Amino acid sequence: MPDALPLLIALLLPFAGAVAAGLLPTHARNAAAWLAGGVALVGLAMVWAAYPTVSAGGVLRLSAAWMPSLGLEFSLRMDGFAWLFAGLVFGVGVLVVVYARYYMAAEDPVPRFFAFLLAFMGSMAGVVLSGNLVQLAFFWELTSLFSFLLIGYWHHTAAARDGARMALTVTATGGLCLFAGVLILGHIVGSYDLDAVLAAGDVVRAHPLYLPALVLILLGALTKSAQFPFHFWLPHAMAAPTPVSAYLHSATLVKAGIFLMARLWPVLAGTEAWFWIVGSAGLATLLLGAYIAIFQHDLKGLLAYSTISHLGLITLLLGLNSELAMVAAIFHVINHATFKASLFMAAGIIDHETGTRDIRRLSGLNRFMPFTARLALIAAGAMAGVPLLNGFLSKEMFFAEALSAKDPLPVFFDVLPVAAMVASAFSVAYSLRFIHGTFFGPDPVDLPHKPHEPPAWMRFPVEVLVLACIVIGILPAATVGPYLDMAARAALGAATPEYSLAVWHGFNLPLVMSMAAFAAGLILYRLLQSHLAKGIEGPPLIRSLEGRRMFERTMVFLSWRLARTAEGVLGTRRLQPQLRLVVTAAVLAAGWTVWSRGVGPGNLAPSGIDPVLALIWLLGAACALGAAWQAKFHRLAALILLGGTGLVVCVTFVWFSAPDLALTQLLVEVVTTILLLLGLRWLPKRMDSPGSRGSEAVTLTRRLRDLGIAAAAGAGMAGLAFGVMTRFPPELLARHFLELAYSEGGGTNVVNVILVDFRGFDTMGEIAVLGVVAMTAYALLRRFRPAADSVDVPEQQRDQSAFDASRPDRKDGDTVADWLFIPSLIARLLFPVILLVALFLLLRGHDLPGGGFAAGLTVAIAMILQYMFGGTQWVETRLRVLPMRWMGIGLLLAAGTGLGAWAAGRPFLTSHFAYSQIPVLGKIPVASALLFDIGVFALVVGATILVLIALARQSLRGHRAAAPRPPEAPAVPGPVPPPLGKTAVGQIAVGDD
Amino acid sequence: MELILSLGIGVLTGSGVWLLLRPRTFQVIVGLSLLSYAVNLFIFSTGGLRTGAPPILEDGRAGTLAMHADPVPQALVLTAIVIGFATTALFLVVLLAARGLTGTDHVDGKESGR
Repeated sequence: MPDALPLLIALLLPFAGAVAAGLLPTHARNAAAWLAGGVALVGLAMVWAAYPTVSAGGVLRLSAAWMPSLGLEFSLRMDGFAWLFAGLVFGVGVLVVVYARYYMAAEDPVPRFFAFLLAFMGSMAGVVLSGNLVQLAFFWELTSLFSFLLIGYWHHTAAARDGARMALTVTATGGLCLFAGVLILGHIVGSYDLDAVLAAGDVVRAHPLYLPALVLILLGALTKSAQFPFHFWLPHAMAAPTPVSAYLHSATLVKAGIFLMARLWPVLAGTEAWFWIVGSAGLATLLLGAYIAIFQHDLKGLLAYSTISHLGLITLLLGLNSELAMVAAIFHVINHATFKASLFMAAGIIDHETGTRDIRRLSGLNRFMPFTARLALIAAGAMAGVPLLNGFLSKEMFFAEALSAKDPLPVFFDVLPVAAMVASAFSVAYSLRFIHGTFFGPDPVDLPHKPHEPPAWMRFPVEVLVLACIVIGILPAATVGPYLDMAARAALGAATPEYSLAVWHGFNLPLVMSMAAFAAGLILYRLLQSHLAKGIEGPPLIRSLEGRRMFERTMVFLSWRLARTAEGVLGTRRLQPQLRLVVTAAVLAAGWTVWSRGVGPGNLAPSGIDPVLALIWLLGAACALGAAWQAKFHRLAALILLGGTGLVVCVTFVWFSAPDLALTQLLVEVVTTILLLLGLRWLPKRMDSPGSRGSEAVTLTRRLRDLGIAAAAGAGMAGLAFGVMTRFPPELLARHFLELAYSEGGGTNVVNVILVDFRGFDTMGEIAVLGVVAMTAYALLRRFRPAADSVDVPEQQRDQSAFDASRPDRKDGDTVADWLFIPSLIARLLFPVILLVALFLLLRGHDLPGGGFAAGLTVAIAMILQYMFGGTQWVETRLRVLPMRWMGIGLLLAAGTGLGAWAAGRPFLTSHFAYSQIPVLGKIPVASALLFDIGVFALVVGATILVLIALARQSLRGHRAAAPRPPEAPAVPGPVPPPLGKTAVGQIAVGDD
Repeated sequence: MELILSLGIGVLTGSGVWLLLRPRTFQVIVGLSLLSYAVNLFIFSTGGLRTGAPPILEDGRAGTLAMHADPVPQALVLTAIVIGFATTALFLVVLLAARGLTGTDHVDGKESGR
């Protein structure tokens, strides 16, 4: 619907503006201010554009499908009540932007400030315009998040960081409670739509889940609106730049909680639970905030506690379960926004022009900034409730409500008017302190700056707001009347009571109370003069009742002590218990399944036993057991035995019709063995156990337990494997692949066709992993520092060098060259042959065993053979391998092949193939899959060589040991070339980049 | 045949798990290698044990399960073998770096206090 379009603009424009402001250069101060001001003005215009519809009692709606499967839709909704709040958000927003332009220093990164401010504005607009409770909770959390960023804007100061974190912790936790409460409420009503919820008040209040929903939602609202006992975050949020305080703590953030309570008032209010929770929180906050405010020495601190107190007043009004009180609450929201925003701005001006906000240092500013002083005087008068100002009107309404409240308990009925008067007297006292302490008295001494009036435009927002205070105060019915009426009707519907907005209601009890409060406030301020002059921090009597300390204690307990205890009880830094637990859990889980389900016989008879394979496996099992036995003291033996097992596995693959697997396994076996051999050099020499550690019995018990676990795991796997092998599933995926491999993939080697065609995307992911692993290994080796006892040249090399040095006819390194003469010759001769074999494997891979993986490994082996027998230097003076480039080309080829299919209008990695007749070579398949396979090949070559050579090069480096060297390190030069200094291995080894 | 292979898988698993629970990094790397053999063989064996029936088609004809072994577990295992090599390499490099940093080849980076 087109008439709801303004809503969408009002919601989205601030976010768009935030992004735009964030992209501006750091010192584009004016541009950012113009942008932010423009956005806020457009938002205000959009709100205004909705006025005709809304004032006629209409509701603007805009909805779009969001998560239809969950019955959720994105929906915007504006009635008169939301209109009022949206107007405050954007109206005060415009003024704050103007003010901030002059307040923020040129050296601050101002575009960032405006970006946060706009994003916050958008979030607030989202809260008040949401037509759906889940969406409201979402924007609610966004306001917490952006207020965190705004409060922490000067993140170089610890106060800003702590204040921001505290505000986020409290309000976001409340937001989570709110979300839970909203979910319960939606569950009760059966819909999250605000209209549906508002219409279901009776159902909700009668539901057994009403109380949990109420408590959770109120936790959200009361934390946001800084109500006792969650009020402590607000004073610490004063570390924010003053425009932020003026915006967040007068008209927006803290009013979100009020907005929510008032919005859901028709649904949730009217019960005793509501009265007791909301009413008592409001009353406590009203009194406590006002009391503490008197004793603040910081102007902003005073205003912060005064804000808490006024929010308590509004909350109390909402908690009285009376429609008239609700009207008074809405009215006070408007009034508080105007006078509190102007007061914050005035405090900011004073801070800006004098350099301090400490009332103890300020004095007599009336003579230096008379205009500002008068503005602040009027605003403070409104705060104190002086007649003919707007604060007076809502205060009178509050008194009237306090007198006529119909409470469940008569005691409360007596207490309430007294409490209202006491709080009012306190507010008179702190308003007096604000004005008298700052603007009157002798001239200030020793201020950081010489005070003077601010720039005219910096005062402009204050002037506008103070004008509003006066106009509303004198002519309430003619100015704010229609809007208040519209908002109240939208919030209360048919239950809207009759009320009168007039300055003079006759000489009645509320007026008497007002006057008494004034007198009491004056006297109180007079009496406190001597105490305040001492400049003691904190309010008397309740100094120990500090929310911040409790908060910090809670945080320390949760995030430190509890976590430590839990880690101590549940966690371990030792690997072995973890692995033991994992393996045992796996064995038990598998065992339990078999135990509970039982095992029937398989549908496939086991085939007969071939004695040759039995013998081979006898060997394989012996190798495995031997490797397990020897891995501690005889690593080389264990490695050889491991290779033996690998070969048996390889034979098994050949035996059972898997030539591709056998080929790959064989090649990987070679590469892995070389890799581990290269690693052996850096491991410590292992002496036979000194036997000093632990008793024999403990060690034996541990070993027996591990043996038990290992045996159970082995037996379980054997049983599982046997069970699987003697069963044949009725339908297999294989049928599909076998049938289509040739007709669609163009290859006869089905395994290869699966890899490069049917499941090509998986393979691409896999080679990417391979590349990442290789680069990780390479990166780790660049900074490799061996342990102190492994730095020195190995014993064998020292012996060889000593032998070479003792003979005049021999050069260093001759011995090793002699020893490797024949192997190196063979390796050199074999090099082209192996490469040819690799090419052969690559090209025939699509039809016969082979393929990119096998071919890549073959090339890597050919290279590493040269390194092993020719020596690193010999190879690298003759051949430059650029593994990184191989890997890059490989990945690009593989991805490019996939993208090529897009160019032909087919899905990613669709292969195309044809057979072509090439002279000499005959008929060979030219499939795009071959190109992909070449990509795989190139990457495997690069990755394997990168790791192996990087590891091999470590022996050539001059190492700095990680740990202190032993005192007498024999410095015998090795047969290898002299150390290469601190040069990183890869720069020479692979010469790539 | 099934019996031999499953017993073989069992022995490899048992040896691998035993080594996995040992305190020295080299023992663990050998253990992981043995365990990956066992797991690869197990996955491979889920396709059934067939002799003389590689999944290589005769030219130009669609294959059937009666004539060819199941290619799917084979394709899975083939990538697993290569990835296994990559993780072994990474583990080796990490254990060497850890040994350089801590001065010990104990899996926890420090000799056990017992």
